[in-house]
Amino acid sequence: MPHRTVTPGPAALTHDPWLSHSVRIERLVEEMPGVATYDLVFDDPATAAAYTYQPGQFNMLYLPGVGEAAISISGDPGEPGHIPHTVREAGNVTHALAELKIGASLGLRGPFGSAWPVDVCIGGDVLLVAGGIGLAPLRPVIYALLRNRDQYGDITLLYGARSPEGLLYADEYTDWRSKGLDFQTTVDRGTAGWKGNVGVVTELLNRMSLPRPEQTWLMSCGPEVMMWYTIQAALARELSREQIYVSLERNMNCAVGLCGHCQFGPEFVCLDGPVFRYDRVESMMKVHDL
Amino acid sequence: MADGQSNTTERFLPQTGLQHLIDLLTTDGYEVIGPQLDQGAIVYDTLTSVDDLPRGWTDRQEAGTYRLEQRNDDALFGYVVGPHSWKQYLFPPLTTISTADRTDAGWEFQTPSEPPPRRAFLGVRACELAAMKVQDRVFMGGVYVDPAYQRRREAAFIVAVNCTLAAPTCFCSSMGTGPQCTQGFDLVLTETDAGFLIESGSDRGAELLEQLPTREASESERDLGKAARQQAVDQMQRSLDTAGIRDLLLTNMEHPQWEEVGKRCLSCTNCTMVCPTCFCSSVTEVADLTGDHVERQRVWDSCFNIDFSYMNGGVVRNDVRSRYRQWLTHKLASWHDQFESSGCVGCGRCITWCPVGIDLTAEVAVIRGSGSATNEMHTDVAMQGET
Ligand SMILES: Cc1cc2nc3c(=O)[nH]c(=O)nc-3n(C[C@H](O)[C@H](O)[C@H](O)COP(=O)(O)OP(=O)(O)OC[C@H]3O[C@@H](n4cnc5c(N)ncnc54)[C@H](O)[C@@H]3O)c2cc1C
Ligand code: SF4
Ligand code: SF4
Repeated sequence: MPHRTVTPGPAALTHDPWLSHSVRIERLVEEMPGVATYDLVFDDPATAAAYTYQPGQFNMLYLPGVGEAAISISGDPGEPGHIPHTVREAGNVTHALAELKIGASLGLRGPFGSAWPVDVCIGGDVLLVAGGIGLAPLRPVIYALLRNRDQYGDITLLYGARSPEGLLYADEYTDWRSKGLDFQTTVDRGTAGWKGNVGVVTELLNRMSLPRPEQTWLMSCGPEVMMWYTIQAALARELSREQIYVSLERNMNCAVGLCGHCQFGPEFVCLDGPVFRYDRVESMMKVHDL
Repeated sequence: MADGQSNTTERFLPQTGLQHLIDLLTTDGYEVIGPQLDQGAIVYDTLTSVDDLPRGWTDRQEAGTYRLEQRNDDALFGYVVGPHSWKQYLFPPLTTISTADRTDAGWEFQTPSEPPPRRAFLGVRACELAAMKVQDRVFMGGVYVDPAYQRRREAAFIVAVNCTLAAPTCFCSSMGTGPQCTQGFDLVLTETDAGFLIESGSDRGAELLEQLPTREASESERDLGKAARQQAVDQMQRSLDTAGIRDLLLTNMEHPQWEEVGKRCLSCTNCTMVCPTCFCSSVTEVADLTGDHVERQRVWDSCFNIDFSYMNGGVVRNDVRSRYRQWLTHKLASWHDQFESSGCVGCGRCITWCPVGIDLTAEVAVIRGSGSATNEMHTDVAMQGET
C-alpha cells in the first residue's frame, strides 16, 4: 500500500465512512462577497470530544438533497471544538450553504487527507505561499507554527490575491505579525488607496532573502499555475524537492479512496493528498490532462 | 466469504446432482444466481432449476463482437463470460449508502440497515474469482472499508465452475488468474461429458458437499476433468505481456499511441461497465416530495464520462486521449501502486464489448513497440464474413 502521512484514528475507522455527523453553524463571517467562513460544531458531545484534525486536512460538508463539497478546515487544530471552513461559492452545494443561517443543521464527514509537515520543519525556516482562497488550508499551519513560535526560525507568509478585497482574514494580520509572522501581501490589480505590492506572488519570493535554503521548508496552496511558478522559483533558490509541499485539488466524491474520482496518476488526492511533498508528484504535475 | 483453497480431493457428482446443489442452497436461504440466456447473451440472473442454465449453448467472441451459437452437446457451462459480471451483485449499479431525515433537532443521518441479500453465485469463473479478490482490496483492503460491499461479500456463497474452453478474447493465463480456479470459492465444479467433478474450498463448502449425492471419483473420471480443464489452457490465444508493465506505461504518458487510440475510442464507457474490477462511482441525492427524507445513492460512473474529472477550473481530462490513457494506465499500471495487484484479470470483456473493437492487449503491444493495434476490428469482421 502507498505510503500515507496521516493514519486515521480508531474512531474514524470504526465509523461508516459514508455516514455524516450532524453539525450546526455556530458562527458565520462573511469574508468578502461570495466567500464566508462557517464555524461548525457537532451536535453529539461524544463526537465533538473525539474529533481532532491536522493542518491541511479537509471535511466533506453535506447538505441533504443538494450534495457534498470537500472543504479544507481553516481553523486552529489546537482548538478542534469549533471547526471553521472558509467557502467560496462555486456551484450547487456552496450556493446552498451560503443560504444557511447561524444554527442551521448540516452533515460533516471527516477529517480526511494528509497534513502539512509542521513537525518535519521544526528548527527550520518556513515559507508559506498562498493564492486567493488557498490561504484557508494554510491558516491552520499559521496557528500551529505561531503557537510554538520558538521551535521555528523565520516564518514567512507570501500571500497574493486578485484585488485587495480578495485578501482573506485581514483582521488577523496584526495579530499574526505581532506573534512573529513575517507577512507580505500582493495583488494583481490595486485599487485606490492600496499602497502595497502589485504583481504576482513569485516576485515577492524572488526578492526575499533566504539565508539557509537547505533548512527552509515551502508550503504552497493556490491555483495550480501559481504553485507551479512558486515551485520553480523555490528550486531556483536552492530548496530541494523534498523541502517543498503543495496542496492539490481534484474532483472529489467519496473522500475515502472508494470512488475513483480524485486520482492523480497513482495517487488518490483524498487519501495520499491533498498535501503532497513535491518530489512525489513532480513527474505527474508535468503531464497535461492527467 | 470463501477463502480456502481446494482442501479435499475431487469427488464425482452425477449430472442430476446439480439440481440437488441448487435445491440445498435454496433451502439454506440462498437466492441462487447463475448464467442464463437473455436477449442474445449469456447473463447472470436468479435461477431455481438446472433447466434455466444455457444448456447446449456457447458464445463466440472477438474484438467488438459477441454472438451465441448452439453446441453439439448438452453442456451446461460450455461458454466463457458474457457482459455481466458478479460485480453487479457485490457492488451494485445502484446502492443506497446513507440516508438523511429532517427532524426538529436537525438532520439525522443513518446507514441503511436492511440485511444484505444472501446469494449463492453459481458458475463463477477463475478470472471472476480473481476480479472479486481485486475488488476486495479496493473496498475492504484499504484504510476505509465500504460497508455495503463488505456485507454483500461476506454473505455470498461461491460455486465456481472451471472453464473448459477459452474465447479468442480471453487472456487470463498471461495475467496469472486462470483458467483454473485455485482459490476463493466454496465449491468448484469441472463439467465433463460424464458428469461433474466437485471439490470444496471452504468449511461451509465442505459441509454442503457432504449433503450432495457424490461418490469418490475414479481415475478415469479425474483424467476427463483434467483434460477438460487443459482444453481451456490450450485454446488460449491472446496474451498480455505484463513484464515491467507499470513502468512501461507510466514512462510513456506522452506516447503518440494515446492520441491514436483516442481517435478510435468513442468514450462510450462500455469497457468500464462490463469490466469486473472497475469501481468508479458517483453519489446522487434522491429526496422524497417533502425533501425531509433524502437517500444518497451510489451509482456506477466511468472515467470515460466527461464530467468525471470536472473541477472549478474546468474538466481535467477534456479529450478522449487523456480519458483512455487514464483508464488503461489505471488498470495496468497505477493499480499496482494503489492495491498491489493489476486491475485487469484478463477476462476479455472490454475487448468484446467495445463497439469499435479496441483491444487493450494490442494497445500495450504498440506502446511496447511490438505490435500494431489499428486494424484489429476490421480483420475480425472480415474473418466472420468468410465463415
Ligand atoms: C481537498 C479539497 C479541499 C478544498 N477546500 C476548499 C475550501 O477550503 N474552500 C472552498 O471554497 N473550496 C474548497 N475546495 C473546492 C470545493 O470542494 C469545490 O468548490 C466544491 O466542491 C464545489 O461544489 P459545489 O457543489 O458548490 O459546486 P458544484 O455545483 O458541485 O459545482 C459544479 C461542478 O463543480 C464540480 N467541482 C468543482 N470542484 C470540485 C471538487 N474539487 N470536487 C468535486 N467536485 C468539484 C462538481 O463536480 C460540479 O460538477 C476544496 C476541494 C478539495 C478537493
Ligand atoms: S480490463 Fe478488460 S480484460 Fe481486464 S478485467 Fe477489465 S474487462 Fe476484463
Ligand atoms: S475503449 Fe471502447 S468500450 Fe471503452 S470507452 Fe472507448 S469505445 Fe467505449
